[in-house]
Amino acid sequence: MLESEVLSQAFELGFTYTRSTGPIVGRFLTDLKNRKITGIKASDGRVIVPPMEFDPDTAEALSEFVGVGSEGEIVSWCWVARPRDAHPLDKPFAWAMIKLDGADVAMVHCVKAESQNDVATGARVRAVWADETFGMMTDIRWFELL
Amino acid sequence: MSEQQDMITDIKTPVYLQYNFTAGKSPARFLSQIKQGILTGQRCPSCQNVYCPPRGSCAACGVATEEEVVLSGKATVQSFTIVAIPIPGNPIKPPFVIANLVADGANISFIHLMSDCVNEEVHMGQRVEPVWKPQEEWGYAMDNIKYFKPLDEPDMTIEDIGKLALNAEKV
Repeated sequence: MLESEVLSQAFELGFTYTRSTGPIVGRFLTDLKNRKITGIKASDGRVIVPPMEFDPDTAEALSEFVGVGSEGEIVSWCWVARPRDAHPLDKPFAWAMIKLDGADVAMVHCVKAESQNDVATGARVRAVWADETFGMMTDIRWFELL
Repeated sequence: MSEQQDMITDIKTPVYLQYNFTAGKSPARFLSQIKQGILTGQRCPSCQNVYCPPRGSCAACGVATEEEVVLSGKATVQSFTIVAIPIPGNPIKPPFVIANLVADGANISFIHLMSDCVNEEVHMGQRVEPVWKPQEEWGYAMDNIKYFKPLDEPDMTIEDIGKLALNAEKV
């Protein structure tokens, strides 16, 4: 076959989704916009954050919202030594499961820390809010160590 | 009620996938030719089918396609759709016609835009020809052909679409 030069170029495929939140997640996000974190009470009394629409055991619709604290405890974590473009921080940070005060299950978010030596299971953290909030998970910029 | 109106009901969650696309040998050759204003295909040495654009192998026979075939660009509408809904990022304003076209001398279709036509009158078997951009705008891209427009020629019968041999004049 006749030869030709190698042709190569950058190509971006975008899926520009808009998701309907429904009343439960919608309430959670609305509260985030107002700098509050809200969970929901399950049938066994556990407070689940972020709130679930249906009970994990009985599958009943849930509706009893419960405000939780903006401070909590690291349950487990993972250090990200080389953050990617899409990550919330452009320097090394930790993804962590954080059990907020008043919640019974942990929620994933990022923890800003100078070094992974500063991060520990059981460490106390506090939410740092964005200057402007939109009703998105990123309204919490990150959690800082206390 | 104001509290209700302030409730968040939807969120934007776009996903962007970044690729580096390398054309490969056959598509690169095809694009080099299209940059010169030449539409080409490749013929399967086994079944003789001509692929435009070529992928470098015959999907039916599983053998490499090596022989390059130059096509006139005249083509036949195999199927089409009238797009009525705007697509994010697409500069073309609806309604517009997207068609599967089989180039004369080729045996499979490619997708391209139809214009200079009455949308409601586009039909299978309709004969079309390419409208090229000005030569100075040609690049390594299929949109060197701006669109295809109707040809004043009799329709091809549905059974004959994709069976027009190279150089055979349509009767």
